[in-house]
Amino acid sequence: MEKQNEMRLEFDSRSVNEGFARVAVAAFLAELNPTLDELADIKTAVSEAVTNAIIHGYENEAGKVSLLCRIDGEEIEIVVSDTGKGIADVEQAKAPFFTTKPELERSGMGFAFMEAFMDDVQVESELEKGTAVYMKKRIGRKDDC
Amino acid sequence: MECNYELKNGCLRILVPRELDHHCATGLRQETELLIEAYHVRKLIFDFSQTEFMDSSGIGVLIGRCKSMNYSGGEVMAENMNERIQKIFVVSGLHKIIKVYTKEEEK
Repeated sequence: MEKQNEMRLEFDSRSVNEGFARVAVAAFLAELNPTLDELADIKTAVSEAVTNAIIHGYENEAGKVSLLCRIDGEEIEIVVSDTGKGIADVEQAKAPFFTTKPELERSGMGFAFMEAFMDDVQVESELEKGTAVYMKKRIGRKDDC
Repeated sequence: MECNYELKNGCLRILVPRELDHHCATGLRQETELLIEAYHVRKLIFDFSQTEFMDSSGIGVLIGRCKSMNYSGGEVMAENMNERIQKIFVVSGLHKIIKVYTKEEEK
């Protein structure tokens, strides 16, 4: 039978929770027996999305970050959302090296990393309403290589 | 944040923490900048022997330190990276601006 499982987390927009979020996702996905490489890819993508919510969505002010993680057979879906300021131009935000905060030494590679390490990344955002990042990845494709 | 620094003859070696993300990037940046300015560091070495995780926030810190070192004509290097950190370097293009030392080359 196909594996089905889902979990939701909500946590404060504090940088200490970036590590918590990626470890929580990794632990949840353990039943799929992902390779270390797959797990590292997912942890990096989660870290990028959560960091974006904290720095850009809430601009380091207090807020809540939501994390949804769903297993559907061999595919996992992760949704990271905030109710912060939103992104004015999503296509521009996704462009490598684009950043609105160069003074904070942001590399502008967050979305590029999410796209490099996950199979599919979609972003929904509305100004003053918030942002949701939908990421998908298929686990266990060892035969394809 | 646990981060160790070793200074010898104008060469600053930074033992990068186990996880280099946004959470510990700020401290690393501030401490390193202070040391570079105070001790006229000519060579900066990032030692990744303890590092298991790095994301784009870490890239930002490394690029920032490259800029400060280029400014003063110094050198930046990275060593002891595991496969994951090497992958992050390649995906971000960081290996093109930071000299990477692998074990084989040191011999």
